[in-house]
Amino acid sequence: MMSELKLMKGNEALAEAAIREGVDAYFGYPITPQTEIIEYLMTERPEKRTGMVVLQAESEIAAINMVYGAASTGKKALTSSSSPGISLKLEGISYLAGAELPAVIVNVVRGGPGLGTIQPSQADYFQSVKGGGHGDYKLYVLAPASVQEMADFVEDAFDIAFKYRAPVLILSDGLIGQMMEKVILKDQKPRLTDAELIEKYGDWAITGKKGRERNIITSLDLQSEKMEARVHRLQKKYAQMEKEDLRFEKINCEDAEYLLVAYGSSARISQKAVELARAKGIKLGLLRPITLFPFPKQALLELADQVKGILSVELNAGQMVEDVRLSVEHKVPVEHFGRTGGIIHTPEEIVAALEQKIINNGSFRHHKTRESSIL
Amino acid sequence: MTEEIIIAGFGGQGVLSMGKILAYSGIMQDQEVSWLPSYGPEMRGGTANVTVILSDERISSPYLKIVDTAIILNQQSMDKFEESVKPGGILIYDPNGITHHPTRSDIKIFQIEGTKLATEMGNKKIFNMVILGGFLKEKPVIKIENVIEGLKKSISERYHHLIPLNLEAITMGMKNIVPYKVAEPVLQH
Repeated sequence: MMSELKLMKGNEALAEAAIREGVDAYFGYPITPQTEIIEYLMTERPEKRTGMVVLQAESEIAAINMVYGAASTGKKALTSSSSPGISLKLEGISYLAGAELPAVIVNVVRGGPGLGTIQPSQADYFQSVKGGGHGDYKLYVLAPASVQEMADFVEDAFDIAFKYRAPVLILSDGLIGQMMEKVILKDQKPRLTDAELIEKYGDWAITGKKGRERNIITSLDLQSEKMEARVHRLQKKYAQMEKEDLRFEKINCEDAEYLLVAYGSSARISQKAVELARAKGIKLGLLRPITLFPFPKQALLELADQVKGILSVELNAGQMVEDVRLSVEHKVPVEHFGRTGGIIHTPEEIVAALEQKIINNGSFRHHKTRESSIL
Repeated sequence: MTEEIIIAGFGGQGVLSMGKILAYSGIMQDQEVSWLPSYGPEMRGGTANVTVILSDERISSPYLKIVDTAIILNQQSMDKFEESVKPGGILIYDPNGITHHPTRSDIKIFQIEGTKLATEMGNKKIFNMVILGGFLKEKPVIKIENVIEGLKKSISERYHHLIPLNLEAITMGMKNIVPYKVAEPVLQH
């Protein structure tokens, strides 16, 4: 099948891209606003197109453990859910990280805490980049900002997952999942055979031990030295991710005097805010982290020498703003703006927040507070 | 060229599918498009709305507060979206069920009797196509041949025999959209 242009919802585009990526198995459980993923996969009958298994599990917990099982055999395994469902999967995600298994998890975020709302939100930032599950692990987190990226990031996520033998999270939200845009879909890739997997990624999976020692997949190590070595191995992977696989996009930053930092849906809305601000004569730029871990710390630190203030725009009560502050090492004032409860901030609100919190006095007050606290 | 449109009405009026036809038609003339529905609890019984953007350039925000055109199909949506039209922009509405007519004098306002016309044509389901016709008369952002292509793409093949009926409805809408003059405010002394 040739690559083709379609009008699709973000969720549908991700599902179609998963089939074309040659994913071996999807396990999931329905929840708004990501249900179109499992719905699309069920309707498309990928078992007939590629042999891909699609199964609605009895719960989110069952689904993530099915992913663990499939990933242990070296298969490309995918699951998706939305916020409350991801909370249920966290134990399994921690086990995947501990057992060094490649897998892709999709979170189409809705508002929380608790059952919250079915409307878009970015309130799972902390959960995504600060662990979420237990133990010293991190997820490689991709944040799509368009329907095209919902499709493209499936391939990218599996490449990273297998490169590092680590779980990867695609952190989307209800807005990107539910909206329709043009998308160009890639050609169908064949599913990997065991021999191809071993050739490409090494002989680590449970593929049948004919002629070799058995491979053991576990996250348990009761010998302290061995367990510490495992933790160090994980940390080495994360350091390598920061070095080799950090992704971000700078928009209108060349001459920027002020900066917005935003990812996913907020980045799209912030881009319009940049247009509005520039029409008013405010030299505004946007830094869009494409990966949330690794985070573009160095790029932010460099921009901090150039801009007078930074506004972190997120659909939450203030989460990524902490990482922005850590990155810029207090060189410039950093404030947060965001709506919650499923309300989406408008471009006009973002410009107004920038003017109020950063441009007008707000920034000076910030500095004075800090100086007086030193005195 | 960029055209930002909000279509708002009751769930079941064909608001989302009208947006989808617009989006597909935009693709047919090589434009960038975005289609963002309100998928919330609003859909169950209350208002349904969709924001559609057609543009020759990359679309930044698919979510907008202020748009070029608002197509308003019930009173709740009038209350919510009359304010969202840019000064100089267009508001198109079906007066059916409207108790509080629009009052802004800095925008162009048009009425179209979509409900009545569709009923007269004997098929209430083509209501949204009548409205679309009215919109295309006032904002010819899409060529009619691209609308036909968009229709073919957005409705399933087994309904393609209904495309002529849809086109008839679009023509009906084009013929029957009329300017609406805002009532003069009563001067108080």
